[in-house]
Amino acid sequence: MALVVLLGACGGDREAPAGRTLTVFAAASLVEAFGELAAELERQDSTLEVRLNVAGSQQLAGQLVRGAVADIFAAADREAMQFAAARGLVLEPRVFAHNRLVVVAARQPEVDMMLVDLLNLATPGLKLVLAAPEVPAGRYAREALRNLSGAPGYGPDFADRVLGNVVSDEVNVRAVLTKVRLGEAHAGIVYASDVSGPDSIARREGIRVIPIPDAFGVRAEYVIARLRSVGDSAGAEAFLRLVLGPQGQAVLARYGFEGVGPGR
Amino acid sequence: MKLAALMARAAGGAAIGAVGAFLLLPVLALLLQVRPRTLLAELADPTVLDALRLSLLTSAGATVVVVLLGLPVGLLLGTREFPGKRLLEALVALPMVLPPTVAGLALLLAFGRTGLLGGALSLLGITVPFSTLAVVIAQVFVALPFFIGASAAGFRGVNRAYTEVAATLRASRPYTAARILVPLSVPSLAAGAAMGWARALGEFGATITFAGNVPGVTQTMPLAVYLRLETDFDAAIALALMLLAVSFGVLFALGASPFSLGRTGAAGASR
Repeated sequence: MALVVLLGACGGDREAPAGRTLTVFAAASLVEAFGELAAELERQDSTLEVRLNVAGSQQLAGQLVRGAVADIFAAADREAMQFAAARGLVLEPRVFAHNRLVVVAARQPEVDMMLVDLLNLATPGLKLVLAAPEVPAGRYAREALRNLSGAPGYGPDFADRVLGNVVSDEVNVRAVLTKVRLGEAHAGIVYASDVSGPDSIARREGIRVIPIPDAFGVRAEYVIARLRSVGDSAGAEAFLRLVLGPQGQAVLARYGFEGVGPGR
Repeated sequence: MKLAALMARAAGGAAIGAVGAFLLLPVLALLLQVRPRTLLAELADPTVLDALRLSLLTSAGATVVVVLLGLPVGLLLGTREFPGKRLLEALVALPMVLPPTVAGLALLLAFGRTGLLGGALSLLGITVPFSTLAVVIAQVFVALPFFIGASAAGFRGVNRAYTEVAATLRASRPYTAARILVPLSVPSLAAGAAMGWARALGEFGATITFAGNVPGVTQTMPLAVYLRLETDFDAAIALALMLLAVSFGVLFALGASPFSLGRTGAAGASR
């Protein structure tokens, strides 16, 4: 019996096509969308295996600068890409998606009363969590709060009052969502893509989403590029075409990202 | 025969050399990477000093709690036989195998605002998450098994003859523990405390999940290092070295390390 299984395994190995691997370094927020795109590319080209390495954009950039080998780098902000580009590691970075910020509120009676619209973010006693200013989501959230301070009705000290309500600077944006979902914090600011997507029902469980109007929100730019030292340039080009093409843009849109439109 | 012995010796030497290189090379790499100027600049940064102070205070506090809570359990597991002992041993070891972020999540679900005990705690006016208390709780949770394990091993190693004589002299169990078991197990207890302290000092995953990241309140050194990595690699290395130097200094100065485990105090205790 064991022998049969073993033989079967060997046969399987022999039948597998000569493997080409495409290594994609992708920002953490892209994990689901890029997982789907990677599977799609493998379906289109059965000789290709796509390996995703997912982490914070800045961490990925650091890994690349310190000699990590990859074919594609997709970052959640320009700075991380710039970090790699300044060292001559990447070719032609292109914006491939945008992400908006939204406020998420815990579904609790006290929060429903306390937090009706964005103005209430400054209500004393509201427990707010943001991503730390060191990570892109935290930077964008603070930028959006400053934008709101300039809006009529909010008052110039709005951002400061809201920041006074921050009980924790989480190390990444998913940790912000966890704290709100568990009700440990009343509210937080996350990416729209964090609360969208096919599995959104599970993700939105226990939370309420309050959009930030376009005029004040900050659009996070996602940038993608081929590495100069690319191992499989045909595979890399195919992946870039897929992400920037209509199919990739549709997948990204399904996960809550905004596309850049075809041909750009 | 002689050749075999020689080869065994060479293999042993090679293994020791490999372990030495494996453990020391990464530290050496950190040392080579750090720029003295960055190190000095970070040392002058008040947020770094806050994080360092917080790390030392919370890990010291956690160690005290771990020793107080762990000692009776160590005594129980090290000196008594009872039904369900293996179950208790496995339960106590759980925090060691739990991924730290899961440990943090479990703590949130138990002691968080909406957790199992959240209602009771808020009646007492206590909110645990995002507080220094949460940092200490997370550290105690992950460090406790190390101390319990080491202390139980220490108590187990004490010569039975001593405790049996004490029993024939009608010494009470607490008296025997305080006068015989604990003094004879001091090296193992110190080893357990050192391991627990080291684990508490390096604690990251449970802290970030349970206590969040609040500079000056819950931002310990490992959290500060992690966030520095997002923006400034060199500064992160400088911080990591600081943490390393402090922990090495403390362990060296106290003469306590995991290696004192099994040594016995005073008049020795052969089995």
